[in-house]
Amino acid sequence: MASIERPRPPAGVHTPGRAAIPARHLRTDRWWLAPTVTVVVLTAFVVYSTWRAFANADYYAAPYVSPFYSPCLASDCVPMRGGADLAVFGPWWGISPALIVLIFPLGFRLTCYYYRKAYYRGFWSAPPACAVAEPHARYTGETRLPLVLQNVHRYFFYFALAFAVILSYDAALGFRDPAGHWGHMGLGTLVLLANIALIWAYTLSCHSCRHIVGGRLKHFSRHPVRYRMWTWVSRLNAHHMALAWASLVGVAVADLYVYLVASGAFADPRFF
Amino acid sequence: MSYTGHFRVWRGDAEGGELKDFEVEVNEGEVVLDVIHRLQATQAHDLAVRWNCKAGKCGSCSAEVNGRPRLMCMTRMSVFAEDETVTVTPMRAFPVLRDLVTDVSFNYAKAREIPSFVPPPGLAPGEYRMAQQDVGRSQEFRKCIECFLCQDTCHVVRDHEENKPDFAGPRFLMRIAELDMHPLDAAAETGLDRARTAQDVHGLGYCNITKCCTEVCPEQIHITDNALIPMKERTADRKYDPLVWLGDRIFRRDK
Ligand code: SF4
Ligand code: SF4
Ligand code: FES
Ligand code: FES
Repeated sequence: MASIERPRPPAGVHTPGRAAIPARHLRTDRWWLAPTVTVVVLTAFVVYSTWRAFANADYYAAPYVSPFYSPCLASDCVPMRGGADLAVFGPWWGISPALIVLIFPLGFRLTCYYYRKAYYRGFWSAPPACAVAEPHARYTGETRLPLVLQNVHRYFFYFALAFAVILSYDAALGFRDPAGHWGHMGLGTLVLLANIALIWAYTLSCHSCRHIVGGRLKHFSRHPVRYRMWTWVSRLNAHHMALAWASLVGVAVADLYVYLVASGAFADPRFF
Repeated sequence: MSYTGHFRVWRGDAEGGELKDFEVEVNEGEVVLDVIHRLQATQAHDLAVRWNCKAGKCGSCSAEVNGRPRLMCMTRMSVFAEDETVTVTPMRAFPVLRDLVTDVSFNYAKAREIPSFVPPPGLAPGEYRMAQQDVGRSQEFRKCIECFLCQDTCHVVRDHEENKPDFAGPRFLMRIAELDMHPLDAAAETGLDRARTAQDVHGLGYCNITKCCTEVCPEQIHITDNALIPMKERTADRKYDPLVWLGDRIFRRDK
């Protein structure tokens, strides 16, 4: 991908007084690869999850529930034996129950420090890559509305903890057979377990979590337990990017699996 | 094991200049700075280049090699193919003085704007005692060699000259983090809230955590993950999180 030279008033790297180099950047490596992959994968996920969230069908195949539809808070949810379906919203809620709850995981990921980096670079080209000039005439970062709202990330983290608990419960229910008897395990159980493991790892590796458990302290030596927790979360946090992608794929795969079983395309292989 | 390498080196000053082509001998084990020195010795005697240690510790030889901000003395020639043209330019975020030398005084001005360490009352120098757990975080930041490659790469000022008055840059926001995490810094007792002023005075909000500072840091300091994001969280405690604000008032915690 060649750099596009556009006539623009001298600004940025073309500010008078800086080294006069016409090119917007001189990088020769494939710097455009990472932002392109980001855009492709995130777009694919958004398209898939939008379709599934509005579909309002094939989200429960006893004993498995799709992570997009749990907790299911509308009265028209398909009955889930022992599952998290609570008729908080009455029959007046005419559309997909997924739309009630998805705002929370969506907000968590939208305000996540890692995803912010990914979409600022990939979708907004601010900057497209390091030392590659961005196309914007003005830039104020996260200093004003709406982007200053990214600072609410910690509240989404608290909700994310609650969701992780609910999805753990869903995964545990995967050990019951469709009739509700314990002592069952199918491929779906494994899929839900893998999904919830990745969700926990992603959630606990969050930068806000790292701050809350101990990062905000000035004196670790006076809080040995929180220091231990901070050290542990810091270790996870170093992999936050990988966990962000892995858990994104995990959620989509878990939903797809439930969809395939619920729609009858596939029968859940049973181990015992 | 020598070959003739192709180089494009920026020559000029604040009035103007251009990339000039050179053919220079390259020997096994050399770094870009070696080649620049050979170029200076054999073909371009008046080529201006700043350097000191040739060991990646003085932070003088910062430049951009094939468009990437790097230390010339730490960029091995072996990372380039023999037939590849290697382009060397001065840092592109700062005013150029001549050839590869830029005026980095922006960084010194920013350094002076950061309030320095506030000595703890009642402790004479020499009486300071600190636990290793408490200084571990700041120690990482003290590896900084002040090469200013992070400042050069940060798009907030590289691409927006107009932001320079409002933005301290990653190196100095990290300095704020270092002091805010310092176990003996007594700024808070004197009424200086480092987390709040990081946002209000030094422009932390301009940073959109896209991590280019971390990518180019020759000391591999995790500037974004360990300094900037923790500072953003501390700022959120002060400015954007009513619950934490209330809790701090009621319980007087976090000491
Ligand atoms: S992470 Fe922030 S400070 Fe570092 S280069 Fe990016 S915008 Fe600048
Ligand atoms: S933080 Fe790293 S890149 Fe920035 S000035 Fe220090 S050593 Fe250089
Ligand atoms: S979830 Fe990514 S930083 Fe919190
Ligand atoms: S010459 Fe000292 S860092 Fe390169």
